[in-house]
Amino acid sequence: MINPPNIKIAIASGKGGTGKTLVSTNLFYTLQQNKYPTTLVDCDAEEPNDLVFFEGKLVKTYEETQKVPVIDKSRCTFCGRCHDYCNYNAIFILPPFKIIKVIEDLCHGCGACSVACNDMAISEKDESLGTISCFDIAEKSIIIEAKMKVGVFSPVSVIKQAIKEAGNTGIILLDSPPGTSCPFIHTVSTADFVILVTEPTPFGLSDLKQSVDTLKTLNKKYGVIINRAGMGDNEIYDYLKQEHIPLLMEIPFDKTIARNYSKGEIVVKDKPEFQEQFLTMFNSILEQNANSSHQR
Amino acid sequence: MQIAVISGKGGTGKSSISAAFATLSDKVVLADCDVDAANLYILFNPTHEEEQVYISGQKAEIDYTLCTNCGLCASYCRFDAISLVNEKITISDILCDGCKLCSRICPTEAISMIDSNDSRMFAGTFRNGKMVYGRLAPGEDNSGKLVNIVRDKAKEIAKAENIDTIIIDGPPGIGCPMISTITGVDSVVIVTEPTLSGKHDLERTIEITSKFNLKTWVIINKFDLNEDMTLEIENYCRGIDIAIAGKLGFDPQVVQAMVNCKSIPEWIPNSTISKQIREIFENIKN
Repeated sequence: MINPPNIKIAIASGKGGTGKTLVSTNLFYTLQQNKYPTTLVDCDAEEPNDLVFFEGKLVKTYEETQKVPVIDKSRCTFCGRCHDYCNYNAIFILPPFKIIKVIEDLCHGCGACSVACNDMAISEKDESLGTISCFDIAEKSIIIEAKMKVGVFSPVSVIKQAIKEAGNTGIILLDSPPGTSCPFIHTVSTADFVILVTEPTPFGLSDLKQSVDTLKTLNKKYGVIINRAGMGDNEIYDYLKQEHIPLLMEIPFDKTIARNYSKGEIVVKDKPEFQEQFLTMFNSILEQNANSSHQR
Repeated sequence: MQIAVISGKGGTGKSSISAAFATLSDKVVLADCDVDAANLYILFNPTHEEEQVYISGQKAEIDYTLCTNCGLCASYCRFDAISLVNEKITISDILCDGCKLCSRICPTEAISMIDSNDSRMFAGTFRNGKMVYGRLAPGEDNSGKLVNIVRDKAKEIAKAENIDTIIIDGPPGIGCPMISTITGVDSVVIVTEPTLSGKHDLERTIEITSKFNLKTWVIINKFDLNEDMTLEIENYCRGIDIAIAGKLGFDPQVVQAMVNCKSIPEWIPNSTISKQIREIFENIKN
């Protein structure tokens, strides 16, 4: 077993379906096969898929919850302070009719209503937002899955907890949710380096630009993997050159890759030359990361 | 009628199919509700006729001339957004959820709330009708509300212009923005692909859509990539009584259409795939 470096790498993309999960699972497999113990966190909590590719043993699972107010109507004076304090419009009140209701779907669990209430009429209960599950995959390599409960307003709390569960030591890979909104930011903000996976099409390029702009404001180190290289057009290469963004790797468009992936197979399995590419990329990321730490 | 095109998994071809639908019939209103990564404007280059600021939420900000560093706000914040950085109370923009509790309890009134106002809704004209789209600023939440604004605008325009069909390109995922996209539409079209992840996500998506009692259709895109998986998906849909609207084969011209800023039927009108999409669309409309 190699003494693993401490690094957190997020694998992300603005556009969905560009190959985030392909890169995450194959990088994870490669590292683990090459004696690097690795933790993969599936942060795509709306549609987690990493476990489709691995057989693992469930070692731990628990629910992530948030607090939701419960109003004791016998104590409530219908003063409306809780309604005024709630910044999410989650408390509906009609004082003349003595009606007060918590709209749980809108509640973010901030606790402002409890603070507002002067009549001790508000207590809190736990409401499930989803589950965090840890699976042993191989010696010292684990997958942590964040899975949002269907119908919950935002996956952010489950994602945050799954990343916390991974700790801060060793190699941690974060398979990020698509887009550049809140769930994406919460995932990449904790990473040392971000791999952006894109495809050489106008949609891919447009979403890549948006991701890059976001990572710039976050002051993150990043590089790009072009998946399905060879289809589409070349504009993306010009963009990378112009912006001095490192091209970490190209994965050719290949029907065999697509077919193996579709069956839930690890593409780099039994392909040492492909694993070699992932390892080279990983080492170059370690180097870039070390350089930037020196600068700091 | 309103037709929403969604897909649990990203990259299954949802936007390509929405774009195709938008150019098949007479005039349409096209609503791009994938507000986190709106893309259809690239194909259709709509005119800029209307722009509306969307306030997606608020962030707390400290006035350090008033702050006494007492730390009360940090003790109340449930989002771990307030901490001491270099002995100074600091609010993290990323972690702040905008609940305003800190601002309300601060004894010196040092904290105020700033609107997050970088998100936009746009409306304009494209070559086959009207187009409405939203763009959520990076890091913002609450995209479900922006989806509603885009859809309301689309309905308003459809009424004013006397246009029958509204095509809605939805977001990936199964969260709040997807639910806002499908609420109250006439037909939901789920675009999937024959991969294990695709099937897995389709199941999670149907778990939600089935609660809404909407006419639901499934399109299996790139079906020939894995015909066994296609069969599995077909059997699954049959078992729960969901109609397969059609299967589309993998065609490299689909990407070429996009590269040339055309929808599939615009780029290759006489091809098999265009014919199939036309049939699917007629099916769904009737």
